[in-house]
Amino acid sequence: MLFIVNISFGSVAIPIEETITMIFGGTPQNPVWKDIFVDFRLSKAFTCVLAGGALSLGGLMMQTLFRNPLAGPDVLGLSSGASLSVALLVMAAGTALPLITGPFTTAIAATLGSGMIFIIVLAVAQRIKDNTSLLLIGLMIGAAASSLVSVLQFTSRIEDQHYFLVWTFGSMGSLNWNEIAILGIVFLVGLIISLLVSKPLNAWLLGDNYAKSLGIRLQQSRTLIIICTCLLTGSVTAFCGPIAFVGLAVPHLTRLLINTTNHKLLIPGVVIAGGAIMLLCDTVAQLPGSSYVLPINAVTSLIGAPVVIWVIVRSKKIWI
Amino acid sequence: MKAPFGNTDHGNVLLSALNLSIGYKNRNVENVLLEDLNLQVKAGELICFMGPNGIGKTTLIRTLAGLQTPLKGSVLSGPSTDSPLAKNAEKNISLVLTDRISAVNMTVDELVTYGRYPYVKWNLKLRPEDRKAIELALEQTRITHLIGKKLFELSDGQIQLVMITRALAQDTPLILLDEPTAHLDLNNRVEIMNLLRKLSRKMNKGIIVATHELDLALQTADLIWLAGKNKKILQGIPEDLVLNGSFDDIFQLKGYDLKTGKVFHEPWRDISISVTGSGYEYLWTKNALERNGFTLSDEGKRIIIDNKDGNLSWLYNHQRYSTLHELILNV
Repeated sequence: MLFIVNISFGSVAIPIEETITMIFGGTPQNPVWKDIFVDFRLSKAFTCVLAGGALSLGGLMMQTLFRNPLAGPDVLGLSSGASLSVALLVMAAGTALPLITGPFTTAIAATLGSGMIFIIVLAVAQRIKDNTSLLLIGLMIGAAASSLVSVLQFTSRIEDQHYFLVWTFGSMGSLNWNEIAILGIVFLVGLIISLLVSKPLNAWLLGDNYAKSLGIRLQQSRTLIIICTCLLTGSVTAFCGPIAFVGLAVPHLTRLLINTTNHKLLIPGVVIAGGAIMLLCDTVAQLPGSSYVLPINAVTSLIGAPVVIWVIVRSKKIWI
Repeated sequence: MKAPFGNTDHGNVLLSALNLSIGYKNRNVENVLLEDLNLQVKAGELICFMGPNGIGKTTLIRTLAGLQTPLKGSVLSGPSTDSPLAKNAEKNISLVLTDRISAVNMTVDELVTYGRYPYVKWNLKLRPEDRKAIELALEQTRITHLIGKKLFELSDGQIQLVMITRALAQDTPLILLDEPTAHLDLNNRVEIMNLLRKLSRKMNKGIIVATHELDLALQTADLIWLAGKNKKILQGIPEDLVLNGSFDDIFQLKGYDLKTGKVFHEPWRDISISVTGSGYEYLWTKNALERNGFTLSDEGKRIIIDNKDGNLSWLYNHQRYSTLHELILNV
């Protein structure tokens, strides 16, 4: 439903009947509409579903691993790492602006950035057994990267700052079909890994000691969970920018909806809910009826925060 | 069923600790809590592991369960010839720890199902034997009526029963519990200890309970492990350890006479009273007088307990009193 609603709106008005015709493979009256439909709207909708699902899944795994309701997919510092390397690319190497405006260049930079942070986090995770320490270290790495970004912003040109700012707003619409395919493959790999570790994820809800006494290999599972989250978050950040809020909030909303602690149900749940919420946010960002488009990050937080507050206030308490 | 203490029947030894030293290692500095331990647990045996706070009870439980590596020595499954227990700990030992479960939105059956995790594959599919083990565990602890409830709806006593049920569902020969009766009221404490007593006998499990419940442990344990002196553990049946003064020695009991099971009262009034009567009435009259500082002897003024026709009263100094409270105010 949301999918169809989402693809029906855009800065060029296309009649709904025509949209439905195109979904079933028909040709619209105006052939330009078909191009708009396939290359902009359909691709954007697919990106929303993948990105929303991936971030929510990452958030769920981090909340369970750290047993902390405030954890999100970016607690390991990945988004900050991606921001740092994009900032470096845009602002430090900013003199060559025309060279780097292609989204693929930014994507490569973001991948490198989050990959670097990922390797650091993984190395730390092998040494430190305590999950809370790992969480703190992830947050510290993130804070350090963010402050470096601030330094870069302070010393760079206005135009470059603007380009970087636009990137941090996030964008669902800039992906071509090749990029969506990459995102899709990474997402599938992440989903499969997460399903494979749903037993350790469940066991972690009882704490490290009980999990170990049930025969869970903690270190191995933790490494898998970290790899999986980094893949999901890193790929989304690379292509769509640092998307706020979704990864933190969707797992909570899902838990309130399906009211279980079993990850075998929660994983598909957050993937579906994440995709749906992202579509919803993107639809709102289009400002139906107008030709303006709001930054997606503004919408995710603007819509999401009140929704989550309402849900929490209504049900008095949130659980992990 | 249970082999007498000291029997070297190796058939049903479930766990043995050989020259075990436990404690923590921090930057190559060893902090030894207990050392040179040689312990055995047999099937059907309920062992209460006692000692003052901070002596290393939790550490020993963790070490025996393989959550922590020993500083020295080894923990074996079975008698001395067997393989290290840590290899297959999840199928040998189930645990009830003091860790609180933070995921209180979980249902009772979800929690009990965790007991089957050592046996199910990644997809968490329960086989018929898993369902049977869960059902059996729920019957043993009689909490079938709690199925479907969320953990936050349960009392502390019910939570402990659920945790024990989860351990039972794990279907291991050994169960280790770390202070399962802490924070519970008297009724729940007795219920838990009786349940453990029953499980060890009926299901032939070896059960180790780290506990502070001196009175309950003395009445239910087959064997007491008493930690406290020179980083060693004293072993024996409860009565032996009471009579040879080991408990007094380790707990440094202050004003509590373990041999009579009573708190010591100072006879500060310096008044002797004699009581005539029998049964519970005599016992509680005596308690009341002693608690109020009177000395009981054959001499002195006489109190007669009158229990004719089920109407309890006390005769003293030609007066009749219907409650002990009134009596004591007038003695």
